[in-house]
Amino acid sequence: MAERRPQMVNSTHPEAPLGLTLSHIHHSYHMPSGSRLVLDDVSLDVEPGEFVALIGPSGCGKSTLLRLVAGLESPDAGTLLADGTPVTEPDPSRIIMFQDPTLYPWRTVRGNISLGLDIRGEKDPEAIDAAIRLVGLEEFAAAWPHQLSGGMAQRVALARALINNPRLLLLDEPLGKLDSLTRLAMQAELYRLWKSQGFTALMVTHDIEEALLLATRVIVFSPRPARILANIPLDWPSTPHREDPRLQELRAEILRHLEAVMAVG
Amino acid sequence: MSDAQTSLGDPRALETHVQTTKIRFRPAQFWRWAAGPAWLLAALVTWKWPDADDFPATNQFAVFQMVIGLVLIALAATGRLKDRAPWAFVLGLGLGAWELIQAKLLLLPRPFFGTPQDLLDVFLTDWKRLGDSLFHSLLLLAGGYVPGSILGIIVGVALGRSHHVRYWVRPVMRVIGPLPPAALLPLAFVVIPSTRWAGEALMALAAGFPVAVLTWSGVSAVDPAYYDVARTMGAKNRFLVLRVALPAATPQIFVGLFMGLGASFAMLVVAEMLGVKSGLGFYMQWAQGWAAYPNMYAALFVMSLMCTTLMTVLFKVRDHLLKWQKDGLKW
Ligand SMILES: Nc1ncnc2c1ncn2[C@@H]1O[C@H](COP(=O)(O)OP(=O)(O)OP(=O)(O)O)[C@@H](O)[C@H]1O
Ligand SMILES: [Mg+2]
Repeated sequence: MAERRPQMVNSTHPEAPLGLTLSHIHHSYHMPSGSRLVLDDVSLDVEPGEFVALIGPSGCGKSTLLRLVAGLESPDAGTLLADGTPVTEPDPSRIIMFQDPTLYPWRTVRGNISLGLDIRGEKDPEAIDAAIRLVGLEEFAAAWPHQLSGGMAQRVALARALINNPRLLLLDEPLGKLDSLTRLAMQAELYRLWKSQGFTALMVTHDIEEALLLATRVIVFSPRPARILANIPLDWPSTPHREDPRLQELRAEILRHLEAVMAVG
Repeated sequence: MSDAQTSLGDPRALETHVQTTKIRFRPAQFWRWAAGPAWLLAALVTWKWPDADDFPATNQFAVFQMVIGLVLIALAATGRLKDRAPWAFVLGLGLGAWELIQAKLLLLPRPFFGTPQDLLDVFLTDWKRLGDSLFHSLLLLAGGYVPGSILGIIVGVALGRSHHVRYWVRPVMRVIGPLPPAALLPLAFVVIPSTRWAGEALMALAAGFPVAVLTWSGVSAVDPAYYDVARTMGAKNRFLVLRVALPAATPQIFVGLFMGLGASFAMLVVAEMLGVKSGLGFYMQWAQGWAAYPNMYAALFVMSLMCTTLMTVLFKVRDHLLKWQKDGLKW
């Protein structure tokens, strides 16, 4: 277990997890045909070290929210604070793992994973090795992205994000393209990483069970424009089991929230 | 192929070999073993058949053909003559046919149609001047193509990344770009004091325009998500241009580099024929003036060799830089 733990986790940069404050965030996309409101008065506090899962219908604005938090775009209105300071631009302490792997086709698996280090001019071959091992791609370190399956590409993207030692990890359906077995393994891995590293995590997922198993809190969004429908804190006394009746109860509750708005919409 | 080698050494194997060839003709084997003898046969014709007129270098040409024939046989025996065997065979016979038609039977009007040994004679007697011309052509080409391409890439990236550059440069490009650079030659010879610099400037223009346009199109087509990925990890503009935009646009840039190289060749010849007093184009011009057609053909041959070699080099560089691509055009 100890040797499977990546080097980057070994707190060479013992940085505290990040807290987030979103208040009254509004955001629209402007197009020639008019503007499209995507986020409607979203307010949310995330404590340092929390694992928050975001659930909502497709196209409601979850990815947009992550882009705002990452600093890739600025909200039209509202304030967005990371540890009390306004977010104005991207920063390596807030790493986003996109819905699409978006690997660079001209870099090998290894080269893609080391991207963050290259950008900051750091050299740390051991950290790269550890990250490759973490996602189980040792044999593919020298492969080109077009030689990977969809799930493997997503694992590379995860390793590429983790190597930056983020204080806040934004995950946009990180396990979406994995087969169910790999998915279970990666869920456990993600959970373990979050536990051991103590970064704050914001994860978009369509899998309610995954949200309930991994997160400390589940946020349910309405269809576009996204409003927060429910904010469900989870405090499992011990690691929950998939067949736990309370888990099934919560699952039913979340589905009720979604069905109610879907029916109205 | 190894069974052919043993079959030659072992008489019993030869029998079975003959039997199997009766059943099916094996073209690969035929080409491989026919190429060398074809050249030797042609050499024999060159040597023994009397010339129709007083042509130079007949014996040298026979020796040349014989050497090639022997080399081909050696290659066949060591199993290194494979894909190229049919070409070697046809080339040998073709050269032999040309020799027969012109040097031995004189069926085509002179001096417009030379003989193979005329050509060989030029290489044997005038190789110094040919080599010198080639060297000067390469120098002139490099002086125009290399800076032109670099400038083209810089302008293309700027066009793809900056709104301001697009606003100011695009109209200029639209006016000057499509103009054949050769049309500017008279002007350039007047404005630029050295004909050499004028030629280089126009070659740079000829290469720069396609390179700039294709680089621009490649950079604009870069998936914005590529930039987002790097930006979240702290990348600044320098990294985004040099390590994201440029590699992502490399396939397109090479299309531009190929087009630019072709345009530079054209410009090179025109410049050398019209003003620059050196190089293969100038040599050809001179040869034509003296009705020295074999010299002209020889220069043409050298020039084609130069162009194809440079293209091959460019393809090799591309294949190396784009080895991450699934597949690519083969030259
Ligand atoms: N660049 C853009 N320009 C215009 N509209 C956009 C843009 N990006 C997203 N949108 C629109 O914003 C809305 C929300 O998009 P977003 O990607 O945030 O949804 P999502 O909740 O992540 O959906 P999914 O679960 O399917 O990934 C969609 O209606 C989408 O069409
Ligand atoms: Mg999304």
